[in-house]
Amino acid sequence: MKRALLVAAWLIIAAPALAAEIPLGERKSGYDLMGPDTRAMQDDDTANPGMLWVLDGEALWNSKAGAAGTACADCHGDARASMKGVAARYPAFDATLGRPVNLEQRINLCRVGHQQAAPLPYESRDLLALTAYLAEQSRGAAIEAGIDPQLEPFVAKGRELFMQRQGQLNLGCANCHDDNWDKRLAGSAITQAHPTGYPLYRLEWQSLGSLQRRLRSCISGIRAQAYDYGAPELVELELYLMSRARGMPIEAPAVRP
Amino acid sequence: MDRETSRRAFLMGAAAGLGLGAVITVVPVHATPKEMEDAVRKVVGSARVTKGRVTLELPPLSENGNTVPLTVSIESPMTPADHVRAIHVFTELNPQPDVVSFRFGPRAGHARVSTRIRLANTQTVTAGGELSDGSCWAASAAVVVTLAACLEDA
Amino acid sequence: MANALVNVPARARRGEIIEIKTLIQHEMETGYRVGTNGNMIPRDIITDFVCKYNGEEIFRADLFPAIAANPFFTFYTVATESGSISFEWIGDNGFTAAETATITVE
Repeated sequence: MKRALLVAAWLIIAAPALAAEIPLGERKSGYDLMGPDTRAMQDDDTANPGMLWVLDGEALWNSKAGAAGTACADCHGDARASMKGVAARYPAFDATLGRPVNLEQRINLCRVGHQQAAPLPYESRDLLALTAYLAEQSRGAAIEAGIDPQLEPFVAKGRELFMQRQGQLNLGCANCHDDNWDKRLAGSAITQAHPTGYPLYRLEWQSLGSLQRRLRSCISGIRAQAYDYGAPELVELELYLMSRARGMPIEAPAVRP
Repeated sequence: MDRETSRRAFLMGAAAGLGLGAVITVVPVHATPKEMEDAVRKVVGSARVTKGRVTLELPPLSENGNTVPLTVSIESPMTPADHVRAIHVFTELNPQPDVVSFRFGPRAGHARVSTRIRLANTQTVTAGGELSDGSCWAASAAVVVTLAACLEDA
Repeated sequence: MANALVNVPARARRGEIIEIKTLIQHEMETGYRVGTNGNMIPRDIITDFVCKYNGEEIFRADLFPAIAANPFFTFYTVATESGSISFEWIGDNGFTAAETATITVE
């Protein structure tokens, strides 16, 4: 009951700030803006290349790692049960660090802290596989990232980063993704930028990739200096994007052009 | 020596004569329609290729040239007496003309395959089919390929 | 071994034409790309795909660099008898992968 009041109070306070977001009824996933062939690729688990990484992730979940010689499964059991809905709540607040962490960072925190194993490098095959496996367990779950009141200043920072104009083209994310979605940019539709499907198989990459990879690619695209993988700015952007997509279902691993 | 090779040989000779041999290198970035014809010939031999009977399904505008869905089929009873032996796919402007060759027998049921191909440019894709009676058929389809809007730094 | 996903119906009626889908994890490096050091990245692709039904070859594909990464094929065969359908992929640099599926034909 107390939690519900807290959430309600927060929503009332935050409501004016959220006014700029696309209303839930008008939110469209990038899936709706793709052609039928690419959609068919995503829909069929035996045709979706992202599922190849999910297979790897399942194997990694069950294999022992690090000096502790434990597997994720040893603490977390069957991921199908224990990890259900988790990806929909990330990035989440980490009490020790006092800031949000994304799913990749959470996996590495567990590896270092509990398995005494080396952290997996960003965009490495193993980290992508584990993230894909976890995200797939949340398929269909409604995104609820950013509700925690402790995350409020970080969501605000993320919004600032989304709005600010930057780079040689002096563009902000919002210029395309809030103001011009569904128009086209060089043959592709401009999406509303809801990260409902990450990590996803991007045809341009011919590989599975993370949301941070996509953000860095976009930021380079507007001719600005992209933040390094794991940078707080990227996590804040991820957090803002996920909270901006709140209510939309997870569709990982998605396929995108 | 066909025209293209002899032209190259002439240029190299001229360049060498001018002491520019090290500077001028002619590297083909893509095949030519003639090279595609040669590739088709290599596969079907001297059989006459007739337009028709092959159905080539490709999106007219691809979402990304790295992965273009393609379905190729030939209507056939697929009996031991009358079936499709093979279907070959070619492009005219990729770095090399061959894309894939599929081989069937009477057990196939349908002479129909779907796959995903790479197209380097806007171009025409050609599919050729060989039937058990030795006849060869072909069909083509054009696909528009655009670059992605924002390319990554490596 | 590289991951492979195959989709074969578990059961079928005798004489029914069934659809088979296969997906294998492979980068299919074309050999036409230039690396960051300025040198051509050597070709590394799957070159052959063979499907056998109780040991008899029913479908074959010869692949070239123009097949997209993570090669995907959907093809058909007639369900003749119960048994195993096997898939084999062979490629450059000694690449091999294999997968099997069982089918019950009534």
